[in-house]
Amino acid sequence: MVKNFSVKTQWNLAAAFFRVGILGFGGGPSSIPLVHQEVVDKYEWVTKDEFSDILALGNTLPGPIATKMAGYIGYRVGGWIGCLNALLVTSVPTVMAMILLFSTFQQYQHVPWVAGMAKGVVPIIAVMLGVLTWDFLQSSIAKLGKTMAFTLIAISAVVLFFIHPAILLVSLILFALRPRRERAKE
Amino acid sequence: MIYLEIFIAFLIPNIIGYGGGPAVIPLIESEVVTRYGWLTTKEFGEVLAIANTLPGPIATKMSGVIGYEVAGWGGAAVAIFATVAPSLLLMIFLVGFLMKHKDHPKVQALSATVRPAIAVLMAGLTFRFVESSYVDSGIIHTIILGVAGIYGIYVKKWHAGWFILVGLLYGALFIR
Repeated sequence: MVKNFSVKTQWNLAAAFFRVGILGFGGGPSSIPLVHQEVVDKYEWVTKDEFSDILALGNTLPGPIATKMAGYIGYRVGGWIGCLNALLVTSVPTVMAMILLFSTFQQYQHVPWVAGMAKGVVPIIAVMLGVLTWDFLQSSIAKLGKTMAFTLIAISAVVLFFIHPAILLVSLILFALRPRRERAKE
Repeated sequence: MIYLEIFIAFLIPNIIGYGGGPAVIPLIESEVVTRYGWLTTKEFGEVLAIANTLPGPIATKMSGVIGYEVAGWGGAAVAIFATVAPSLLLMIFLVGFLMKHKDHPKVQALSATVRPAIAVLMAGLTFRFVESSYVDSGIIHTIILGVAGIYGIYVKKWHAGWFILVGLLYGALFIR
């Protein structure tokens, strides 16, 4: 695809990813269908197949998926300016809203009913994280099988008491990339 | 050098957090609460709750607001940059190479192998929130909201954002 630096293209990029950012309730993964609607159906910047390739690729790399999609498609369509453009409209409006809300919240946190709100939300966050834990557990078992999944869970649980999680995750990443020959020996 | 600390605190979760936005939540917590002590567990919960009710990518919103709390607008910019830039640059520069290998079993195995560790981290974080709710609001409110939350979010699959609003309203009315 030929990159297009026209003002109109940049405007369209900004409009498309602004809508994605502002309508994407529930975080990055839930905004993927919205991205598809804009870049495949509406503006036809990438084909359906290219979109699923980009998504698969985004999923093999670490980090948030929504900004990777926005930045990469922005780059494909409108070069580095398009990349920056798509990233800014995806993140700036929601970050501003976030900072505004959190500052207001902190300012009034000593008012009794505001303090009650802060407490009421904690069990809900616990449930949300519990459900995520369950999802990660289920998908670990589905991908690795019960034995491997529970072995890694047990090792992680013990190891995490002593060391920074980064060290454990990097070791696991290296373990996943271990040479084939070693795997054959196991 | 606070900007460097912010950069590292958000760079680490986002380059090892295979599995998208939710996978980095416990990793961010381990940096900003456990390691640097910029926020308490409760404040981290408030940030997470607000991030969940607002639209847009969660990791980006969290890094923006935490960066801002720690070091103002400069902090917000550094935190968002550390969150977004490294993996995006990898994607743009390695696209040809990665396209060729994205179906390779080793590449596929990456997020699968990291997942059990993420599950453990996530479980630890869940436990800390249950504990904090028990200490702050007592066992009765914790059970009522917990059961309602499990029913709505897990059984009925309603969006967590609605239940955060329910929790806020319940807390404003009943919890002192």
